[in-house]
Amino acid sequence: MNENARLQQFFGGMRAISPLIAAVIPIGLVFGAVAATKGLTPAEAGLMSALVFAGGSQFVAMDIWTHPASWAGVGFAALLVNIRHVLMSASLGTKMGEFGPRARYVAMLFLADEIWAMAEFRAGAARLTPFWFAGLVAPFYLAWIFSGIAGAALGAFLGDPVTLGLDFAFPAVFIVLIMGFWKGSETGAVLLASGAAAVFTQHFVPGVWYIAAGAVAGLLAAIVNGGRRGVEAMP
Amino acid sequence: MTVDFATLLAILAMAAATVLTRVSGLLLLRHVPLGGNARKAIESIPPAVLMAVVAPTAFATGIAETIACAVTAFAALRLPMLVSVALGVASVAILRAVGT
Repeated sequence: MNENARLQQFFGGMRAISPLIAAVIPIGLVFGAVAATKGLTPAEAGLMSALVFAGGSQFVAMDIWTHPASWAGVGFAALLVNIRHVLMSASLGTKMGEFGPRARYVAMLFLADEIWAMAEFRAGAARLTPFWFAGLVAPFYLAWIFSGIAGAALGAFLGDPVTLGLDFAFPAVFIVLIMGFWKGSETGAVLLASGAAAVFTQHFVPGVWYIAAGAVAGLLAAIVNGGRRGVEAMP
Repeated sequence: MTVDFATLLAILAMAAATVLTRVSGLLLLRHVPLGGNARKAIESIPPAVLMAVVAPTAFATGIAETIACAVTAFAALRLPMLVSVALGVASVAILRAVGT
């Protein structure tokens, strides 16, 4: 591939991600503002956005943030919230024929929901190249970091996030994502088990164990459901 | 421009956990062939995790949050993500203001 074609690929990726950049900037601002209310400086909020680059787990971390910060608590919460990346990277990994062995791992470090979705979509229509992928990542990554820093710096001016309802932005995003994962009654059973176990655990056990409890309960519901289906399918 | 040491440690722990989840799918592909049942179980993880995170807000925080969650879920059936989220945030702000 010559230089011109590479640039074309890069700009193609940028074009594809641009509407999602418009959507992520307000969310980044909210993240920064929430981080500021938890006592994080703009530098700390920016560092978290740059090194973690996973909005869901960053909001969960803010939800359970303590002083001084508990690395075990937020680290474990990040592991639980981002466990979905395992499946996403396994799925995208099968579509990275154009990537060198090392490039695959470097690309995977920037796997966010939006980037993953666009890359999967591209792989369905054309060959996914590293340059097209980089065109997705570069502007999205920078937008996430700088909107987070700006949100933390402006936090005080944005007003009290609870009065404005801004603390609700990420539960709301999660609900939209949940609706997107809906695949019929099997999903209903998973959600019911997960929700019930999470509420029960959160009521009786301090800390973020409710996330693990809910996730495991949901997974068990899926396995039980799958097993029953398997028995029914037998002649 | 200060970075607290405990905060830095927490950020590094989060980064390490996230990197682990991001590369382990690739590692998994090299070693484990995924059968139909395993794939189904893994597919259930994203909704199970997201529900677990949201459930205390949705069901055990207050009536304002519960209603706003329902509004968001209903909006998500038809509307784009950003609009649904904006509706949810607006409903929770209004409901909290009127003191439900």
